[in-house]
Amino acid sequence: MAEKDKPGFFSEMFAPVGGFGVTFATMFKKVKTEEYPEVKRPTQPRFHGRHQLNRHPDGLEKCVGCELCAWACPADAIFVEGADNDDTPGGTGRFSPGERFGRIYQINYLRCIFCGLCIEACPTRALTMTNFYELADDSRADLIFTKEQLLAPLQAGMDAPPHAMADGMQERDYYLGKVEGGSR
Amino acid sequence: MGIEEKLPAGFLLTTVEQVAGYMRKSSIWPATFGLACCAIEMMAVGTPDYDIARFGMERFSATPRQADLMIVAGRVSQKMAPVVRQVYDQMPEPKWVISMGVCASSGGMFNNYAIVQGVDHIIPVDVYLPGCPPRPQMLLNAILTLHDQIQHSKLGVNRVAAARAAEAAALEATPTALMAPTHDHGERRSLLA
Repeated sequence: MAEKDKPGFFSEMFAPVGGFGVTFATMFKKVKTEEYPEVKRPTQPRFHGRHQLNRHPDGLEKCVGCELCAWACPADAIFVEGADNDDTPGGTGRFSPGERFGRIYQINYLRCIFCGLCIEACPTRALTMTNFYELADDSRADLIFTKEQLLAPLQAGMDAPPHAMADGMQERDYYLGKVEGGSR
Repeated sequence: MGIEEKLPAGFLLTTVEQVAGYMRKSSIWPATFGLACCAIEMMAVGTPDYDIARFGMERFSATPRQADLMIVAGRVSQKMAPVVRQVYDQMPEPKWVISMGVCASSGGMFNNYAIVQGVDHIIPVDVYLPGCPPRPQMLLNAILTLHDQIQHSKLGVNRVAAARAAEAAALEATPTALMAPTHDHGERRSLLA
């Protein structure tokens, strides 16, 4: 062995504990692990999470009960049943601007595969997806979300349906963006 | 199982329950058991990026005989069903099951003759986790839900009382055949009347 390849006195002495140096230095490195329940890393903005049934600016529901989402669903997770809006005095009332509304709306989250085909199918943009993903539960029945759970909360200027359409507005005016919140 | 079965209900037993719950939930070892695509996300939870060891689940145990938790990750085919049951039977008590993903929970989009429509047809499930597949954070959320369940589980005479109460409640509950249908058509109502 050449003389220059021979390890020095100190490197030979610290060689057995050299590995501990790596361990010690690692303690001061920044942790890459996601600290999930405390610090939640935000999802991508277009992450497919829990659904939401949207509302028009005056609080009427956008869903018209057409069932296209249920037809598009590859897992048959969506159940919709429409009903007629009833403007007559003493009737059941008006929930959406058009002729019909979604009376029953259920999504079974133990069937839903979050593919987003229902979102593509929706003609009125009533159904969209949020970024919410914490859905674990201990009951199969509780994971069938009903309309009350899926509807977007009322924002400022919105009135809870049933109520009439905004003054002097027709159904198409809602889709032309002419209706504003609190116009009633 | 142990001395907790002999304890009288009261302060001593509830204290033992709390201690035992804390101990149990702090070191659940999952069985190495993946069936399909959800298993990839389950493995991702084991990587340093999500680090399942932060929850006391140090490693996926190589044998079901040393496992406490079964994460059914993926679709369970009819042919796999007896295997799932055997793996579950080999695990020692106390044991828990997370049904990970929609296929294991209900069959998901595979509503056909080849897939078991929900692994709870074979084994008792403690936590259902939607998603296809669920992202690792969703599995961690399910694990935390399970931790909460384990912390509040009963022992000894309290467990017997809780089981009796659950059974009484189930007997009191309205059978699904008599429940108001979600789609209350007239003819259905007249059938029940």
